[in-house]
Amino acid sequence: MSARPQLRGTFVALAAGAAILALAPLVAETYTLSVLVIYAILALSLGLIWGFGGILCFGQAAFYGLGAYTYAIAAINIGESTLPVLLGIAVPFAFAFVLGAVMFYGRLSDVYLGVVTLVVTLIFFRFMNATAGPAFAIGEARLGGFNGIPGFPILNVPGQPRWEIYDGAFYAVCAVALLLVYGLVRWLLASPFGRVAVAIRENEGRAELMGYDARLRKTVLFAVGGGIAGLAGVLYASWAEIVTPGLFSLAQSAEIIVWCIVGGLGTLAGPIIGAVVLGYAKFLLGQQSVIDNTLILGAILVLSVLLMPRGIAGVLGAAWGRAPRRARRPRRRAGAPRRLRSLDRA
Amino acid sequence: MDLAGVIAIEVVYSVASLILISAGLAVIFGMMRVINLAHGEFMMIGGYATIVSANAGVNVWVAMLVVAPLTVGLVGLVVERLVIRVLYGRLVDTMLATWGLSLVLVGLATMIFGNTTAGISPPISGFALGGYQVNGYNLFVVVVTVVLLASMWAVLRLTRLGLLARGTMQRADMAAALGYDPDRVYMATFFAGSALTGLAGGVLAPLVGLVPTTGAGYVAEAFITVITGGASLIVGIVSSATILGVVSQAFTFATRPVVGEVALLVTALVLLRLLPQGITGRFFRRAT
Amino acid sequence: MAALNKRDFLKGGSALALGALASPALVGRAAAAEPIKLGSVLDVSGIFDGYGKPMDMALRLAVEEINAGGGLLDRPVEVTAYDTQSDIALYTQYAQQLARRDRVDVVHGGILSASREAIRPILRRAEIPYFYNVLYEGGVCDRNVVVTGVTPAQQVAVLVPAAIERWGKRIYILAADYNYGQITARWMRKFAEEAGGEVVETDFFPLDVSDFGSTIAKIQTATPDIVLSALVGGAHLSFYRQWAASGMKDRIPMASTTLGVGNEHRILGPEADGILVAYNYAPEIDSPANRAFLEAWGAAYGDTGLVNELAVSNYQGVTLWAEAVRRAGTVERMPLIEAIESGMAIEGPGGTVVIDPKTHHAILDVHLMEFRDGGAVILETFEQRPPIDTQAVCDLEANPDDDTQYEIEI
Repeated sequence: MSARPQLRGTFVALAAGAAILALAPLVAETYTLSVLVIYAILALSLGLIWGFGGILCFGQAAFYGLGAYTYAIAAINIGESTLPVLLGIAVPFAFAFVLGAVMFYGRLSDVYLGVVTLVVTLIFFRFMNATAGPAFAIGEARLGGFNGIPGFPILNVPGQPRWEIYDGAFYAVCAVALLLVYGLVRWLLASPFGRVAVAIRENEGRAELMGYDARLRKTVLFAVGGGIAGLAGVLYASWAEIVTPGLFSLAQSAEIIVWCIVGGLGTLAGPIIGAVVLGYAKFLLGQQSVIDNTLILGAILVLSVLLMPRGIAGVLGAAWGRAPRRARRPRRRAGAPRRLRSLDRA
Repeated sequence: MDLAGVIAIEVVYSVASLILISAGLAVIFGMMRVINLAHGEFMMIGGYATIVSANAGVNVWVAMLVVAPLTVGLVGLVVERLVIRVLYGRLVDTMLATWGLSLVLVGLATMIFGNTTAGISPPISGFALGGYQVNGYNLFVVVVTVVLLASMWAVLRLTRLGLLARGTMQRADMAAALGYDPDRVYMATFFAGSALTGLAGGVLAPLVGLVPTTGAGYVAEAFITVITGGASLIVGIVSSATILGVVSQAFTFATRPVVGEVALLVTALVLLRLLPQGITGRFFRRAT
Repeated sequence: MAALNKRDFLKGGSALALGALASPALVGRAAAAEPIKLGSVLDVSGIFDGYGKPMDMALRLAVEEINAGGGLLDRPVEVTAYDTQSDIALYTQYAQQLARRDRVDVVHGGILSASREAIRPILRRAEIPYFYNVLYEGGVCDRNVVVTGVTPAQQVAVLVPAAIERWGKRIYILAADYNYGQITARWMRKFAEEAGGEVVETDFFPLDVSDFGSTIAKIQTATPDIVLSALVGGAHLSFYRQWAASGMKDRIPMASTTLGVGNEHRILGPEADGILVAYNYAPEIDSPANRAFLEAWGAAYGDTGLVNELAVSNYQGVTLWAEAVRRAGTVERMPLIEAIESGMAIEGPGGTVVIDPKTHHAILDVHLMEFRDGGAVILETFEQRPPIDTQAVCDLEANPDDDTQYEIEI
């Protein structure tokens, strides 16, 4: 595949995405659409590192929550939102870089990687929950424990603290952010860096024998994913006007994984579709009280794993007559060993 | 001196309860490379099975030691046939399907039992150790755990069934070539693992307030214990549960419970960084 | 058999709920008068549903009673209820939806403090009066908000002196490690010291801790006369079991500000015997209002087993709002708030409830009780206790534009 059609594909996708985002307010309210777009960005962050880097991260919520908390704390202390936004992206990026380096240079892989990321998320969750006392404050911002941090300044026009961005304007910001992130990810994957990353996912040993440093590349990819998740956290904080430790919870991490799987891993459209469809489904479900909502979400998940192993994107692709290139042949999912292979050494 | 005794009992108890809640998950993961994220909900079902049957007049010991494992074992069997079987070899897919399953089970339990907390009283009373009162039931949990480990070891090492299971888990193709049906072995393994989980849920039921969402509290701890332990079944969970349990209790005593919890997680993190294949990936590699 | 009944009952409940959701469109057009819209946001599923379900039932019961009595201002009251599924993000979404698309006249709801803080600014901006009907840590100062739950000082001022008088001066405090627990523990210390007591140790527990073995040993080392508990939720319930199982129940007596809010004492049974508590409500209260309430609940839902403090708070919140609408003669925000501030009273199942105009918190009866055989025995009733904690920091008469949750310095 040469670079040029891919470039054209990117523009087509961006134009289509922009059109959908522009028309969406005709169908639903912008405050709901905003959060769906935020979820889409979050799903994209995991879709990138998992679908293209083969890194199964159980702790994407850690970066999301870190972005949101960083924004909230910085916004309280600074007031104007520009620097807090940048910090909200930079801190999770840096943290993901360090964590990634520790893991990948330690040759962690597979399910062990999953557990480490899970444990890191749980540590954040436990710690944030235990910060109710007055001793836990950063500058003027109290961490607030289980109840979280409410009442921080929301996004404003850069340099103009009084011009707050909310409602329709905020939706526009989120939409542009999604398009930018999507473009960035497409560019990254089309670059030599991205191609090697995919090669590493397919066969790490072979890529290393060809002279590529898998550890560094995985670390960088992981950090980029962390930064994108942080951006989603920043936008969420500004939208919800409160951040709570629930952002770091196991349930939140699982939800992101679920979006990717239901949407279709190994594509970029898949996680976005999964996040929007499931996020909206949850919103609609809350308006009924016939069946327990936990039950419905669980059933959707089980059935989609059983019936749509390639996710919604896979089904749509097949319906269009061309399955996504990478998902067409049965491929073992990243992190899944061939049947019982890795037990040989036990 | 009395205090030292009390602390020792607490530490042993916390190690034992970690082993107990991880055993079922370890069997299923160790033998089949399937991570059952509905593990906590299986325990929750075991708990409800115990409480419902005990309240219905069944002897409380029978309820927790027989009814709970059987009920959950059967649930596991159904789940294996309907869901897991389709997904063998797809680790991530099984995790997601079982995560979905856990939500379904929570929803079902809520619809059946409602949201109020349920429970039964521990059937053993406390006793005095010097100037201290000690929870007698904790000792019972320790005894159950020891018996459980001994029988797991005996089954795996001394019986033909155990040989078959170990053989299948090492080389499924070889076992199949020798005429054993891996499918049957997996089914039996999943049943056994589920039953162990049910036993854990039943035995711990008198110590906790049970709600449909109770399971979520167990799954992360069990998952971490099993993975930190590594591939060897018994030695793996015993070694990781011992390290994690001792560390978390030491910090809980010395400071606050939340520090104990975080210490457990940090220890797991350090262990996994140093021993990327779990404890038994490095040490005791030939153990069961 | 019991389980089967509950299932049938839940089916009935949800059919009722569906009816309530589906009918307005038809009724609204058919009825001559435009309905008054009441919005509700509660966790009816997910991990906090144990609190949310009974509150939801109480709200619907209150509205049904209002409509059966001819509605408000000759208009029917229509409920728009959303299930927030124990997800904070959904609170924000549904509050926006209630404010903009549904354009409701009032919102009742929110359970956790975080959920309240998520929707409070939205409703304040949209100028929709908001009733938060839950026992909480106190300190919210916002003229758009009315709080009908008890706050720690109201309970602790009654509970701690009574416990010290009975049992002795040395106190060991156990509390949940979040804002409610931290603040309640501070009030416990203050009232203990005022009553001549001494706090020997305070321990905080994350909400998911369920193993209390080492704590029980620590308590024995400290040899207190009393254990005061502000433990919260299902996991913490294990403490009472393990406490009883180690035989400590008969050695060191206990008082609690939280046990029984979700009817936990019925599950604990004899293990809760002798624990001292103080609440606004218990089903055992012998008053005409409570008897009528329990009868209505029984008629609507069959079983009164789910009735608890939070459900009654929500019921009293709706009743109070309805009374204020009648007084004001309108559902408009400012006349409604002024009516509430006028010192009007309602007679709820838990006793008389008046809203303190300075704080918009409830002045209500607090009953000192002891658990026995899965029920409560009322020992003494302290009438019309003011929310002294919030009063210390909040004065809406002087600062009507205040919009903060204060942390009360003690």
